[in-house]
Amino acid sequence: MSDEEFPLLSELKKGPWPSFVKEIEKTAEHKPEIKDLLKQLERSYEDKITYWKHGGIVSVRGYGGGVIGRYSFLAKECPGIAEFHTMRVNQPAGYFYTTEALRKICDIWEEYGSGLTNMHGSTGDIILLGTITKNLQPCFNALAKAGFDLGGSGSALRTPNACVGPARCEFACYDTLELCYDLTMTYQDELHRPMWPYKFKFKMSGCPNDCVAARARSDFGIIGTWKDEIKIDQEQVKKYAEEGVDIQKQVVEHCPTKCIEYDPEKKEIKIDNENCVRCMHCINVLPKALRPGDEKGACILLGGKAPILEGPVMGWVIVPFIPADELADFVKDLAEKVWDWWDENGKYRERVAELVERLGMMNFLEAVELEPDPRMVKHPRENPFFFWREEDLKPRTDPWKIWREAEKGL
Amino acid sequence: MASEPVEEEYISDIGPPYFRDMLPPVIKNNYGKWKYHEVLKPGVLVHVAESGDKVYTVRAANPRLLSIYTIRELCDLADKYCDGYIRFTTRNNIEFLLTDESKIDDLIKEVEELGFPIGGTWDATKAKYSLSNIVHTQGWIHCHTPAIDASGVVKSIMDALFDHFRNMDLPGLCRISLACCLNMCGAVHASDISLVGVHRTPPVVDDDAVRRTCEIPSTVSGCPTGALRPDMKNKTIKVDESKCMYCGNCYTMCPGMPCFDPENGGVAILVGGKLSDARAPSRLSKVVVPWLPNNPPRWPEVVDTIKTILETWAADAKPHERIAEWIDRIGWEKFFEKTGIEFKVQLIDDFRLPRHTFRTTTQFKW
Repeated sequence: MSDEEFPLLSELKKGPWPSFVKEIEKTAEHKPEIKDLLKQLERSYEDKITYWKHGGIVSVRGYGGGVIGRYSFLAKECPGIAEFHTMRVNQPAGYFYTTEALRKICDIWEEYGSGLTNMHGSTGDIILLGTITKNLQPCFNALAKAGFDLGGSGSALRTPNACVGPARCEFACYDTLELCYDLTMTYQDELHRPMWPYKFKFKMSGCPNDCVAARARSDFGIIGTWKDEIKIDQEQVKKYAEEGVDIQKQVVEHCPTKCIEYDPEKKEIKIDNENCVRCMHCINVLPKALRPGDEKGACILLGGKAPILEGPVMGWVIVPFIPADELADFVKDLAEKVWDWWDENGKYRERVAELVERLGMMNFLEAVELEPDPRMVKHPRENPFFFWREEDLKPRTDPWKIWREAEKGL
Repeated sequence: MASEPVEEEYISDIGPPYFRDMLPPVIKNNYGKWKYHEVLKPGVLVHVAESGDKVYTVRAANPRLLSIYTIRELCDLADKYCDGYIRFTTRNNIEFLLTDESKIDDLIKEVEELGFPIGGTWDATKAKYSLSNIVHTQGWIHCHTPAIDASGVVKSIMDALFDHFRNMDLPGLCRISLACCLNMCGAVHASDISLVGVHRTPPVVDDDAVRRTCEIPSTVSGCPTGALRPDMKNKTIKVDESKCMYCGNCYTMCPGMPCFDPENGGVAILVGGKLSDARAPSRLSKVVVPWLPNNPPRWPEVVDTIKTILETWAADAKPHERIAEWIDRIGWEKFFEKTGIEFKVQLIDDFRLPRHTFRTTTQFKW
């Protein structure tokens, strides 16, 4: 491909970071129609506007989602990408692949699609970028034969996603990958057939470091934590100190609740676990010496979402702790209650956080049968404008009746 | 006798492959039994299991948009060095997992020859952090609502910050994310530095397109500021431009009212979000630049601003301090002073419940 043909894009072939333009060019060498993608993209770079049309409903048999229809405004000039639909393919939890499986996807996408992918999309799916309508069904069938299925799109359960978890991380407080797989398999119907007011996302992080952004990027974030004491290996503390780690400065002074003491003589750490908020800093810095406790589980945060419509939301704690061995059943039971309430009350395109804001946390907690807990709030409310339920009150007295009777001298 | 064509059984709802079938033996054998990890050098980790087994991770950059022809080359390397296994990370990095330490340098050489630099790791023990990959969205390559491109902006920023990916030369973690419109399929709103494509002009209604493609009541009720009114006589939608804050939600719902405007769309920059609870609690990012021009192919204004923020923080922060924690210590007024970013009136919130963001004390710095 000559750089004169695409002068703006060719600027993005320069520089040390891997170039997506080179990836498209490389694909176009095998699939000449992809040159039209470069053509359209160059035009977008000139005119500073997208040339993709809005929507278009395409799908595969039996599914309501998983394929994003895409048509070009430049169909005449760029016939190779006139139809350029995306297929979202559900990734294996933790993004682990055998090369055999990955090559199968490549072969299928070489036969039925553009040869371009995203590894991976923002929600977690393998994104197969660009194919024509008539290839969708055969591509899906071939993927299914190879053991792959589509992910979620539209007002459906979106593809659940997890951090690397116990597969390769010593911090994991529960099995994020197993739960991710379990939820994905349990809710195949909710994933493939949009049936809700809007999208719903599950994300699973194994510890409060939250590598999968569960609290901000999922309606139902499940973040590993523990309840008992941090485990200390004093021998390893000593070794870190002898290797030159300034434990006072690097660990003690960064503790948000000042619950760590360090004895520089003995080279030992003491933790006041009653005051620990399990932020992970000390464990992150001294992974050989400190570990989460044995009483492991997860905290559930509800409502994380991007700004559309009512502004961005960081998920709220709705369940401070569930032991790891009860987690899968608890999550399913609670999520189903949340869906019922949201489905019943939610407006079109209203995420669950926005519904909670509209109808109130009290209604929500009652509907999903959760008890209030001080760990749910940063602080209690600053106004006394609360709702009372009938059962909270004594029988209603009419003040007029009192005054009128008093006036009558009764 | 001619046989009837038999329709094969239709396979659907099978879900993803079971992840355990994708795990390398060393991971399978030590699943849930990892003891600790160390950072051997930038881009290379070792995880040690209770069994004594070790797995070495080599982390490589990834433009996210990958050709299948490149994926096959990556698979060739994974076959040669990693017994046929490969993984990706939540920040779009590529990871090679090895059990033979002696093969690491040869693998790195081949991965880099393929055009994928090694890095993106951090060593909390030594308080040395490198910049990880930018999480981002589709932009002009595939999206119908973007205010800006995505891959091109990311490429331009990462070229400029490349050394910070390769070397662990930052004082704390710094996560950069980019979403090309407010729909934020990249959900970038809790990043140390986030970039968001924004529109600045109201939608342009094409009555005919609205009539053909839109459901008027739901579009009208979907407007968060009540700027839309149905015009039932003409079966279209009217926009009260004074109420519109250009979120683009109406266009997502109704293809007849795009708000694209090449010279007015642009990039907003937010800082000081974090997801991890390490030290200071997690929080959302705050807007520090309301608009920069959408300036392809290299977005110089955006790149310069990001570089200034990152390098001002890196020079001034204490070990482990992320941008949010640095600003907690120095104060927002000092953030604007030190970075030289102008504090514009648009940075004062006027959307929902803004008073919670107004200062209510006399504690501030000069």
